[in-house]
Amino acid sequence: MLSLSAILFMLGLGALCGGALSAASKIFYVYEDPRIGVVEGFTALANCGGCGYAGCSAAAVAVVAGEAPPSVCIVAGSEATANIAGVMGLDPGTAEALLSYNTCTGGDRAEDKYHYMGINSCQALASLSGGQPVCPVGCLGLGDCVRACVFDALKIGPHGYPVVDEIKCVGCGACEKVCPKDIMEIKTMSQKLLHLNQYDDRIAPCQQTCPAEIDIPKYIYQIKTGDYEGAVNTIRERNPLLLSCGRVCPHPCESDCRRGLEDEAVSINQLKRFAADYEMNSGRRLPISCAPDTGKKVAVIGGGPAGLSNAFFLRRLGHEVTIFDAMPKLGGMIRYGIPEYRLPKEVLAWEIQSILDLGVEHKPNMVLGRDFDIGSLMAAGFDAVFLGIGAWKDYTLRAEGEDLEGCYTGINFLSNFSLWQQERPHEKRPFVGKKCVVIGGGNTAIDCVRTLVRLGADEVSIVYRRTRKEMPANMVEIEAAEHEGIKFTFLAAPTRALGDEEGKVVGLEYLKMELGEPDASGRRSPVPIEGSETVMDIDMLITAIGQGPDIFFKDESKRLDEDLQVTRWNTIDSADPIALQSSIPYIFTGGDAATGADLVVSAIGAGRRAARSIHMYLTGQDVTPPEKTLFTNHIPVSIFESVPGLTKLARTKMPELPVDERIKSFVEADLVISEEEALYESNRCLQCCLICYNKDVA
Amino acid sequence: MGYMEIIIGGIFVNNILLAQFLGNCPFLGTSKKMETAVGMAMAVVFVLVLAGVITWLIYAFFLVPYKLVYMRTIAFILVIASLVQFVEMFLKKSIPALYAGLGIFLPLITTNCAVFGACILNVDKELNFMKTLVQSTAYAVGFGLALILFAGVRERIILARVPKPLQDTSIGLVVAGILSLTFYAFKGMI
Repeated sequence: MLSLSAILFMLGLGALCGGALSAASKIFYVYEDPRIGVVEGFTALANCGGCGYAGCSAAAVAVVAGEAPPSVCIVAGSEATANIAGVMGLDPGTAEALLSYNTCTGGDRAEDKYHYMGINSCQALASLSGGQPVCPVGCLGLGDCVRACVFDALKIGPHGYPVVDEIKCVGCGACEKVCPKDIMEIKTMSQKLLHLNQYDDRIAPCQQTCPAEIDIPKYIYQIKTGDYEGAVNTIRERNPLLLSCGRVCPHPCESDCRRGLEDEAVSINQLKRFAADYEMNSGRRLPISCAPDTGKKVAVIGGGPAGLSNAFFLRRLGHEVTIFDAMPKLGGMIRYGIPEYRLPKEVLAWEIQSILDLGVEHKPNMVLGRDFDIGSLMAAGFDAVFLGIGAWKDYTLRAEGEDLEGCYTGINFLSNFSLWQQERPHEKRPFVGKKCVVIGGGNTAIDCVRTLVRLGADEVSIVYRRTRKEMPANMVEIEAAEHEGIKFTFLAAPTRALGDEEGKVVGLEYLKMELGEPDASGRRSPVPIEGSETVMDIDMLITAIGQGPDIFFKDESKRLDEDLQVTRWNTIDSADPIALQSSIPYIFTGGDAATGADLVVSAIGAGRRAARSIHMYLTGQDVTPPEKTLFTNHIPVSIFESVPGLTKLARTKMPELPVDERIKSFVEADLVISEEEALYESNRCLQCCLICYNKDVA
Repeated sequence: MGYMEIIIGGIFVNNILLAQFLGNCPFLGTSKKMETAVGMAMAVVFVLVLAGVITWLIYAFFLVPYKLVYMRTIAFILVIASLVQFVEMFLKKSIPALYAGLGIFLPLITTNCAVFGACILNVDKELNFMKTLVQSTAYAVGFGLALILFAGVRERIILARVPKPLQDTSIGLVVAGILSLTFYAFKGMI
């Protein structure tokens, strides 16, 4: 009897509870996105917690809420990621695999603020005045990340900082979450490619200075350890034109090299060239990975360094890229402006081919404003445009006699000569005088004189308003020109060109100058000396006093004419030099077209920054620069006054062809260093990070 | 037994965690971080008070009149489990902010023996309705206090040099024992 009432009671209570709950589930029904269930179905349903969420359903909620990437499930693999991305209608580009990597290379060599034995977790150490290393952002080395990794993909390496095993890493992010110093980062390849230097990065002064932001200490370390392919990949993460840059870059990085404070700077650029030449000479192109296709189309106008770099990065981010170029072959100013003896066209072609091999389309002989315009690009279905038209229009002296026969302008002369040399060598060679004068002190002027010498001009000289010290050309180039017998006339301001009765140029009149007070830019500006007019006998005159973008295409289209803002130097106006978005939102710019004539490496950096902005634009994000972008600035704590603990080691000299040999031909004048020299030079590198570096180099 | 006595007794003297040793799993499991400890404490206050009241009603109006007191264990378990589910649904619909705040801790309490233990203690002492309410609240506050104190201690422990065999849960249990001893000092109060 008792048991019956008990059973009845339990049944009744059960029915009551069940009924109440089912009624409650109707009454308190909350709409839930049906995608949550579908997404959850694609996860491993193991409730392992490896993703950092409380079970698979919580992870699915986070995915649907947009808080977690489709790759959230670390167990289910890439197919599940693709499925989840499909459910969410997400850009499959974001379905790239995440990978952990360590950003601190200080480790044991970093100095300590204090010694505190007894703590064995980074978290704990960080809570004591930020941890023991002097470096504010350095690794504490107690291995919280190693313990957090359930996949055994991390270990504290021989130098006292964590090393990631890329094969075992699944990108779960456990190490990133646990690191109190934010040293471990979980990023996709795209995120890595688009990262711009920031104030809180752990980067050496050279990398801060490099306009392309190449991880210089890393690739030098790779050269040092014989991993030449790794070095090539490291450079290529930031600079797709490593062969060209290895030859023509004036290496601003070297002027901030810490070794340069006590000794001679490391010959960074020669090491870059060594690695780049290694790849080319090996004959095997290293594979370059691209993110999955996004289906977005970008038109890159101008196939110079900025356009090529932009196309390279956009393609690697998974966008479809077409380069429209005005010339028959790609390369822009580095093909038609830089002479053969500095950058052999064979080398350039090899390099450009690796960009085209990624699936970039090239449309040659297409001039913006003549053969197509922005409107026709939009009609053809392009989603964004990169305007990298360079600076091809020479400034003129605005002096009398400039239009005489035998008078040329710098870029015009170089590109015409290059075109003849590359495209139609069987035709008549462009005119070269016997006594030639080039006006200007920049690299264009030097390229002109060195080209003229090789073409057999008897006497070639440079006329420059200021002194050698103020010449904007690379010092290496100036020295090479001097060795090749170029005459320099400094402190001379040309006033007019004199012609004979046939209209041919026969003389150049100039005023002698003296240096006056320093002006705003710190340069002492030259002041003419009254009545010092002098005449030089010449039969060819080239003015190479600077150049700006040729923006004639603006007049061809009403829309562009009204909406595309340009500066007073005819450069394309972008409100922000980091975002590089023009006044028309889908048009981006970079390189010489945005800044006026500048370095190749700056154009490459700008191409990448513009690629970042275009990627943000195409994926529907606001096009803004990152908050803490370093851009051309330096992190103050990383700039030293002196570098104690060095042994002086002579810098490797650049091998070059003997003068009498090189001035007879256009064969490359500068040579690559040998493997032994590269090893020696890479050992000179201090492997600097933000504030620490290797002392006592042998 | 006055209300003051019940409150002091529930929070300090007969602290459900440190004097009666109930609910040790969440005590060790959610005390590594202060943030989670606070979340858990809030969820326990919420559920324990509700469960105490409901189980008292069931006990007084069903089990006693029908002479089914011996069924209380299974009845309470069923009721508490359903209650937690119900509360979760109710909060999700009506007070989403509180639901989000309690988060994962709410369903976890289904398996919390402190809740069940407090309900049994209430009916064992034959308290009236108001006293049950006060007693449940006091137990829940006591649970929260102990958990938050313990989390504070455990957050400091990572700064200490703990021998390897004693790390993590082991040292946690040692600390829990010491905390428990200190709570024994309240014994003479009532």
